[in-house]
Amino acid sequence: MPENISIRIDGEYVPAQDGQTILEVARAGNKYIPTLCWLAGISSVGACRLCIVEVSGVGRLLPACTTPVQDGMSVTTNSEKLTQYRRIAIEFLFSERNHRCAVCVSNNHCELQSMAQRLGVTSVRYPYAYPKLAVDLSHPRFVLDHNRCILCTRCVRVCTEVEGAHVWDVSSRGIRSMIVCDMNRPWAQSSSCTNCGKCVQVCPTGALAEKGFAVDEMVKQDRNVSRLTARRGGHS
Amino acid sequence: MKKVRLATVWLDGCSGCHMSLLDIDEAIVAIAKRVDVVYGPLVDAQEFPKAVDVTLIEGAVSSQDDLEKVHTIRRWSKLVVALGDCAVTGNVPAMRNSHPARKMLERIYVEGAQATKGVPVDGVPALLRQAVPVHEVIKVDLYIPGCPPTPAAIAYALGELVEGRMPELASKVKFG
Repeated sequence: MPENISIRIDGEYVPAQDGQTILEVARAGNKYIPTLCWLAGISSVGACRLCIVEVSGVGRLLPACTTPVQDGMSVTTNSEKLTQYRRIAIEFLFSERNHRCAVCVSNNHCELQSMAQRLGVTSVRYPYAYPKLAVDLSHPRFVLDHNRCILCTRCVRVCTEVEGAHVWDVSSRGIRSMIVCDMNRPWAQSSSCTNCGKCVQVCPTGALAEKGFAVDEMVKQDRNVSRLTARRGGHS
Repeated sequence: MKKVRLATVWLDGCSGCHMSLLDIDEAIVAIAKRVDVVYGPLVDAQEFPKAVDVTLIEGAVSSQDDLEKVHTIRRWSKLVVALGDCAVTGNVPAMRNSHPARKMLERIYVEGAQATKGVPVDGVPALLRQAVPVHEVIKVDLYIPGCPPTPAAIAYALGELVEGRMPELASKVKFG
C-alpha cells in the first residue's frame, strides 16, 4: 500500500498518496490545472508546459503532470505569473507552425484553440515562423498535417502504450522536431500501423484527422482511449 | 456629446469582418448615433483623414499599398484595432508565406491561366514577401480575433470604445 501523505494545493489540505503526481492529486480534489499534452490513460511527458505550477521552496516552475507529490508540499496552481507563462507557451505553439483555425477540420473542436481562449490569448506576440511543412495524405483513411502539429506526442504514446504498434516517433530536435511514421516513411507504407485510428482520436488539434471531413467537422473521441485503458487497469 | 471619429479599413481579407460589423443587429443604431464613420469601404472618403479616434483594420498586411496604409493609419489614429484573424494572425492570406510570392503568382496567372497568361503588374500594388499580421508592422492597441469575430464581440467592443473604455475581450473571443 502506498503511504498516505498530505499536501496543500492553493492553501487547502488535500489527501494524496506517495507516487501520485501533483496533477493526479489536483484532479482528484477538483482543482483545475490546464493541460494539453496530458491525456488520461497514457503516460505523462510534460511536453506542453501548460500544467506548470509553483511549488514553495522551489525556484522554478514545475510541470504538474510529471512532478511526484511529497509530504508537506505546498502547490500554487493559479497566479498571475503562471497565467503569463501559460499564455507564452500557447503563443509559442501558435508561432511555430501554420495554425489557421478558420480553415481547419478541427475548428471549434480543437484543444489548442479552446485553451488559447480559456487563457485569454487574443494575439501572438512572437513573429510567426511560417515553416514549409509536408502533409501526408498517403493513408487511405487518415491525414497527417504537420502544419497543425504541436508535438504533444499523444499519438506516439497511445500507439506504443495502448495499441502496442509503435508506429510514431519524433525525429530531429528542437524547432526541427517532427512526428515520423515507421523510421520516416509515408504512412501508407507503414508495416506496423494497424489502422486503428487511436492516434487520430487523441490528437488535440487537426494534425491527425480522418479523411472526408470539412472545416469544423472533425470531432475527436479521445475519451474512448481513456475508457479502454481504465478497463485494462492501466494509468489512471 | 462629441462623436467618435471611426475609420474602418479593408486590407488583405474577405470583407467578412465588415459583414460581421454590419450584422450587430439593433446595437448598430446606438453605435451609429455615437460615431462618425470618416473612412472605410462603407463611406466615400478617398483619403485617410487626419485625427481619427478609432480605426478598425480588417485583413493582413500583404502588399506595398497595405504597408503604406497601415503607417498612415497609425500616424493619424488614436486607437488601432486589429479586427479578425487575418489582421490578428495573418490567417488565410498568410498561407502563401511558406512559398515565394513570385512562384505563387506564376502558378496562378501563368500555369493556371486559360487565356491571357502573365502576372498582372499594371494598376496593382506589388505583393510583400509575406502577408503579416498588423502588429508585426505597427503598434496595435486592441485585438478582436475570430473568422469573422462574432457580431456580439464587435458590438461589445465598439460599445465600450465609444464610451471611452478599453474592452476586456480575453476569453470572450477565439481564433477561427
